[in-house]
Amino acid sequence: MTKRSRILVANRGEIAVRIVRACHTAGHEAVAVYSDTDKNARWVRMADEALHIGGSPAAKSYLNTDSILEAAKYAEVDAVHPGYGFLSENAAFARAVTTAGFTFIGPPPEVIELMGDKASARSAATAAGVPVVPGSRPVTDTDDAVRVAEEIGYPILVKAAAGGGGRGIRPVRDATQLTEVFAGARAEAQSAFGDGTAYLERALPRARHVEVQLLADHHGNLVHLFERDCSVQRRRQKLLEEAPAPDLDEHTRNELGEAAKRLGEHVGYRNAGTVEFLVDPDGRFYFIEMNTRVQVEHPITEAITGVDLVAEQLRIADGASLSLTQDAARHSGAAVELRINAEDPDNDFLPTPGEITSFEAPGGPGVRLDTALTRGEQISPFYDSLIAKLVCWGADRRQAYARARQALSEFRVEGVANTIPLHRELIDDRELSEGPVHTTWLEERT
Amino acid sequence: MSTMNAQLPGVFYRRPSPEQAPFIEEGGTVEPGQLVALIEVMKTFNEVKADRSGIISKFLLGDGDEVEAGQGIVEVDEA
Repeated sequence: MTKRSRILVANRGEIAVRIVRACHTAGHEAVAVYSDTDKNARWVRMADEALHIGGSPAAKSYLNTDSILEAAKYAEVDAVHPGYGFLSENAAFARAVTTAGFTFIGPPPEVIELMGDKASARSAATAAGVPVVPGSRPVTDTDDAVRVAEEIGYPILVKAAAGGGGRGIRPVRDATQLTEVFAGARAEAQSAFGDGTAYLERALPRARHVEVQLLADHHGNLVHLFERDCSVQRRRQKLLEEAPAPDLDEHTRNELGEAAKRLGEHVGYRNAGTVEFLVDPDGRFYFIEMNTRVQVEHPITEAITGVDLVAEQLRIADGASLSLTQDAARHSGAAVELRINAEDPDNDFLPTPGEITSFEAPGGPGVRLDTALTRGEQISPFYDSLIAKLVCWGADRRQAYARARQALSEFRVEGVANTIPLHRELIDDRELSEGPVHTTWLEERT
Repeated sequence: MSTMNAQLPGVFYRRPSPEQAPFIEEGGTVEPGQLVALIEVMKTFNEVKADRSGIISKFLLGDGDEVEAGQGIVEVDEA
């Protein structure tokens, strides 16, 4: 990349809008890509050039490496920003981008590969001196499972090695229950995933999901930008996130940040990434995984630190040093992000594609709305259900929540059922506002 | 012969995963409630179940094709 570069934005939706803005702010040109459905989309209209890359199903466009590389060559770009989702954590894609002579705006492919595999990520964390959830090697029969479970300690989770996204997990409270369910769990894994391999992991009841934002350049600088609490989840999908994590003591906060940095240094991390942990009620924390990309919830870190994370990604890819050191990193106030999804909370979160017939965006001090949509546009059935991210900052958590409450009262999205009414309820929930809550809180509440 | 239509728009799949066999082949017999396909809507997979019994004479869509709500997906020779 050079001072004024051309960057291909290999994504869609609000994150494509976010990246186009960052490119322009940094003085770069942005090249958008679009599928059939997205021909007239906002990021396409905002970009300096836009190229059609295929059909509406993601497999035929945003997940098609060849089409994206062809677009990059045609537009003579210098670099490719993958956003989140789609090909952002695909090591083969990162490698193909680099081999074709473009800069990949993300970590090296081998780091994506290392952290993308559950087992190798766990080993890397252990080697870096970062605690992992006590767990086991694959277990093959019930006797073996009972023996291993005694070592780990109950309650445990029986997990299918080939499972993912919250599927293939059975909670077990004692040896009797383990004996009852183990064979069945393996058979189920075999039939659901074509692989009956199971392993055991200590269950951490009432744990919080807390993650640390990292930035690393090519000059040996690696900083953490504090943490986000993403415990408000439904079926392991995040709905509301906060920064900093409410009621986290300074000692634990520093330990988390230092642990994330140790892992980043150990694996030779570059660019922006996030290290995810579970934190138990006693403040003990355990590594779960690392996301080797920018995350949906990055704006709340931006809100409390004043650091533009996508701008930093571009600087790092450009070979520049980070704009700040760890000593200079500060956080101030509190921020909350509400994910407004095209899903019906009253109907088991059924996806609701369709036309937005009315759209009134909220505003005011400390209010940021990241979206690619507006009135008259279609919410496509082909991609994820995110309509908008409402990010509210306040001098303290109480003010952040008050601003979120006001913003939600102004925010109107009509035409499709969505999660605004649920967020209005959540933001008024006493347990949540008194916080913190744990990862199964929402499911236990509803 | 009759046509079963999609209830939802999205991406149509005839198999549980790319490596696995289709839920049912053309020429196969179906009963009401039997799983014949999946439609992916906003990254969630919705089951398409037969609403009648008969023999599947023809699939009108291929794996990974886009589908609109109300579009014909499979022809059934009713028993």
